[in-house]
Amino acid sequence: MSARDRIATRFAELRDAGRAGLVTFVTAGDPTLDLSLNIVCGLPAAGADVIELGMPFTDPMADGPAIQAAGLRALAAGTTMVKTLALVRAFRAGDNATPIVLMGYLNPVLAYGSERFAQDAADAGVDGLILVDLPPEEEEELAPYFRAHGLKLVRLATPTTDAVRLPTVLGGADGFVYYVAIAGITGTKSAAIGSIESAVTRIKASTDLPIAVGFGIRDAAGAAAIARVADAAVVGSAIVEVIANQLDAEDLPARVHGFVAELARGVRGARIGQRGE
Amino acid sequence: MRSIPAATPRRFDTRPAEAKVRPAMAAPHTLNTYRAGPDERGHFGPYGGRYVAETLMPLILDVERAYEAAKRDPAFQAEFDRLARDYIGRPSPLYFAERLTERFGGAKLYFKRDELNHTGSHKINNCLGQVLLALRMGKKRIIAETGAGQHGVATATVCALFGLPCTIYMGEVDVERQKPNVFRMKLLGAEVVAVGSGSRTLKDAMNEALRAWVGQVEDTFYVIGTVAGPHPYPAMVRDFQSVIGVEAREQMLAREGRLPDTLVACIGGGSNAMGLFHPFLDDSAVAMVAVEAGGHGVETGQHAASLAGGRPGVLHGNKTYLLQDDDGQIIEAHSISAGLDYPGIGPEHAWLHDIGRVQYVHATDEEALTAFQLCSKLEGIIPALEPAHALAHVTKLAPTLPKDHILLMNMCGRGDKDVFAVAERLGVEL
Repeated sequence: MSARDRIATRFAELRDAGRAGLVTFVTAGDPTLDLSLNIVCGLPAAGADVIELGMPFTDPMADGPAIQAAGLRALAAGTTMVKTLALVRAFRAGDNATPIVLMGYLNPVLAYGSERFAQDAADAGVDGLILVDLPPEEEEELAPYFRAHGLKLVRLATPTTDAVRLPTVLGGADGFVYYVAIAGITGTKSAAIGSIESAVTRIKASTDLPIAVGFGIRDAAGAAAIARVADAAVVGSAIVEVIANQLDAEDLPARVHGFVAELARGVRGARIGQRGE
Repeated sequence: MRSIPAATPRRFDTRPAEAKVRPAMAAPHTLNTYRAGPDERGHFGPYGGRYVAETLMPLILDVERAYEAAKRDPAFQAEFDRLARDYIGRPSPLYFAERLTERFGGAKLYFKRDELNHTGSHKINNCLGQVLLALRMGKKRIIAETGAGQHGVATATVCALFGLPCTIYMGEVDVERQKPNVFRMKLLGAEVVAVGSGSRTLKDAMNEALRAWVGQVEDTFYVIGTVAGPHPYPAMVRDFQSVIGVEAREQMLAREGRLPDTLVACIGGGSNAMGLFHPFLDDSAVAMVAVEAGGHGVETGQHAASLAGGRPGVLHGNKTYLLQDDDGQIIEAHSISAGLDYPGIGPEHAWLHDIGRVQYVHATDEEALTAFQLCSKLEGIIPALEPAHALAHVTKLAPTLPKDHILLMNMCGRGDKDVFAVAERLGVEL
């Protein structure tokens, strides 16, 4: 694949290193565009293996209070899709290895124009997309543009995705599979690790793609638990809350990076002493 | 379908002069039927569909399967009909509004009186249907969103009837401006959750209900209040509300020996309009006009007219016209009527708009207030602010039409809930 397949490269590196990855979520433009760029640029050094960047939306119907508030802060700070893509471009100037996956809702993408979005996102250095309200059944009008520009459309599987539906979800899945650990919104409850492990096993039986698990991971211990059973742990609301709770801190980016470093230690230490996979 | 007695076809162009020149894409199409939609995946032309989080997809597919089975089950229909008659009070009367007709000096005006239903609006037709479906699916709890509180009250009412626990999501702003309905819902045993996220109105209540549903998918049924949301909701709500149009058709044939010439209904999400229009869609001689809430005027940007002032996008599980900015962020709607205060519109309306089968106009807050007072004084019917928008358009339209033109307006709700808001607006202290 082209130099652009950063997602496959990164997961191959993780496999070779015998560890799981840490996927960190922040919202583009939260709390301001400048601070957000600062935060995002420091994530890889703090230990993030993949960056999920939220595209703010007024009506995030699958998100809990923390990520809702992050989106509203970002919008209030003047974040637009153009500025979100500019943030990615600025990040790419200093890091050509860490995959960036944009996460959000369909309407801002449609408003930008699907084809133009695919072109501009790829040019900016975006690697993949998670569109929460775009199920496989509705993706035809966008997916061809994404594929044409090498953007991976990451699919979500959930505890309600049964055996009948799983092939629909995995058919055409690309990059990695995002397993939503709970039936619920972001930043609320957590799932029992046993149920996550069996879900990951079930999905692995049907795909060769890496599995990242998110929703309900609050701290280093939680991230470590996921890192023992999946290819990556996704942390979102807990990071966003660090931003929300310390908006006035002069060293806000450093505090975010400090928390991410803790999470990374949890993820990196998780399989030590475990038999290799 | 019964055959229509021979009637002189009457086609009057009911649009204002400037609207008569339409862009080519909106030229009326001729289809064999306008009533076949949606397709198997819930699309009306390019609109509708099922844009929801994966967690909800299996559940929504379940709702669709259960609804398809219920539709074909005569026992389900019989139970709906029995409760529609004995509990809601259907059929609602068809009423010749003689004094308004005289005042307008043109078309003959009829009201379909869905404001006489139990709980005071058409909303309960749909709540009854969906709660019966929820019971059939073995669901244990009901959730719903509400704006003005009419759908919330109707849902709480049907839940009380069946002893089902019920949670209603309502924006904090609406909780504040619709206190009587909040108290009614609580009397009926419902829990009312005041939603403080986003703009704290109807769209946020719907977001919050969807979030709650994602968290309790196994045992909970979401009763959506209008012809919007993911498939099968737009079609299902339309079907339950079609009782309005089916009755009106029979009543008008019995009364006048022919079909009406023009139907008029207000439109927010569009359930009362869809319910009246749908059974008439293939009657090519019947013109239809839906009236959006023009708020302070569409030109001011403060309105709820998604078709006049919006463009297609995706929100709340369906593709349709939305009020949104250039960046795809949803813009808060404004209307004096909390029931029309929504930045979207049902996808079937979006399609009927594009193909030109239904004409969509708008009326301002002021025009609705004037019509509200006129109807109260001349007919002794205090309308809800929602159908007052429809009447505001009738006020303009009726005088331009001949005396043998039959106009049928859906009086979809009564105004008891609105007297406080109207008094305040008129500067009267209660």
